[in-house]
Amino acid sequence: MSNEALQESIVQLFPSAEFDGTGEFLTVTISAAEFYPLMNTLSKDEAFQFNYLFCLTCIDWKTHLMMVYHLLSRTHRHNLVVKVKLSDCENPSIDSITSLWKTAEFHEREVFDLFGVHFNNHPDLRRLLLDENWDGFPLRKNYVDENMIAL
Amino acid sequence: MSLLGENYYTEEGEFVINIGPQHPSTHGVLHLKVWLDGETIKRVQPHLGYIHRSIEKMSESLSYRNFIYATSRMDYLSAHINNEACALTVEKGLQIEAPPRAQAIRILLAELTRLSSHLLWWGCTGLDLGAVTPFFYAFREREMILDIMEETCGARLTQNFMVPGGVMYDIHPNFQKRTKDILVQVKSKLGEYYNILTGNPIFEQRTKGVGYLSAEDAISFGCTGPIARASGVSCDVRKWFPYEGYDKLEFKEILLTDGDCYARYMLRMAEMSESISIIEQLIDNIPEGDIQTKTKQVLKLPKGEFYQRVETARGELGVFIVSDGAASPYRIKYRSPNFSNLSALETMAKGSKIGDLIAIMATMDLIVPDIDR
Repeated sequence: MSNEALQESIVQLFPSAEFDGTGEFLTVTISAAEFYPLMNTLSKDEAFQFNYLFCLTCIDWKTHLMMVYHLLSRTHRHNLVVKVKLSDCENPSIDSITSLWKTAEFHEREVFDLFGVHFNNHPDLRRLLLDENWDGFPLRKNYVDENMIAL
Repeated sequence: MSLLGENYYTEEGEFVINIGPQHPSTHGVLHLKVWLDGETIKRVQPHLGYIHRSIEKMSESLSYRNFIYATSRMDYLSAHINNEACALTVEKGLQIEAPPRAQAIRILLAELTRLSSHLLWWGCTGLDLGAVTPFFYAFREREMILDIMEETCGARLTQNFMVPGGVMYDIHPNFQKRTKDILVQVKSKLGEYYNILTGNPIFEQRTKGVGYLSAEDAISFGCTGPIARASGVSCDVRKWFPYEGYDKLEFKEILLTDGDCYARYMLRMAEMSESISIIEQLIDNIPEGDIQTKTKQVLKLPKGEFYQRVETARGELGVFIVSDGAASPYRIKYRSPNFSNLSALETMAKGSKIGDLIAIMATMDLIVPDIDR
């Protein structure tokens, strides 16, 4: 499906979605409430069939956190980036998509570990890389480590 | 979590043991917690982070020229290809392209890296499964490749040879001759490799039908590289999203459908021949010209997001750079192939015997620094 066709089909189902086609991939920004229904459609609908989640990460923009999901359909060969803005930096939370893509389990644990985003309905949400007693979330921009040495 | 894992019995009578972090078959500090019923594996839980260096955080304070070199320490057997991925992402942001000569050199070095990485994997697989001889055979050939690297790049493992816009130096005058020598050597020895390991009945029994991964699971777990291709999933980035002129070269994407350890083994063996064929096509046809595109002293990427993927020896490496217009990346994410491949370990190992876990680990070819980053 071309980017225009993708955009049209998604708008019909989710009218509130915002699009940005200036980058390399078509980007859709969606609210946290509509996020899971959208991802469910994208993974299961015959027309989309986004079966491969190749990148899942988070960006700290200081005023808010932005979840970024890169999707590829191996059948239709189209790409899509889904973004969700999390305004609550103190207790950010979003639905887990582990039930749709199994690779999300590890990637979400990594984001939980390094950004402190809580994933609802995640089967095993624990710290992945850091120690369980670690204070703070290192990839946040406001993270301060007194042992850190500037090179 | 205590660093020293203790072995114990659960209430259901399952025996929980810890393999690693210091275990010869884990090829690095990977810690696996395994739930056993007798000898049968019920659950596997990887514990990561023993060599987590937060390269992503480090890169946020490095310039666009310097952050590339931290990635040599991720997948240290594909250091060239990691560097290449970063250089390509920066080039994408700057909207420049490396000159043809630099592209050819990059491909040559990348395929030599792939060859040496697969050679090391072949030796270690034999070692893990109880055959010591292959290790010495593989290292004999690998050493020759590393000598070429040393001569041209100045380093054997962490080459740091890629710069945004091209490569750092021109190739050494001996490069072409020595590369041709190594091709002759490896080609004549590949038959020996098959003779010593592939047809061995003990080896076949330990790998055939072991560690099955279905195509659906491979896609869902985000597996890439030889692991996914051995399950019949076409995922070679060089074919899907060609970069550096891979589309002008003739090579096959090898696909097998068995999805077991033996298929993964055969696939990597066949990939070595493909890498040799790519090098052969290029080695006498390196275009003349510049090795670098002119770039500014201080590189600044325009505001935006840039994603570039390349095929390393283990699968798809993605570099995702978010730029706010400054001289260093605002956020950088490495989508490492081993990280996603590791998540499929439990599915592969469930129901197998504990001895099979070693065979599965060996044919997964995990590099732990790439998982922890």
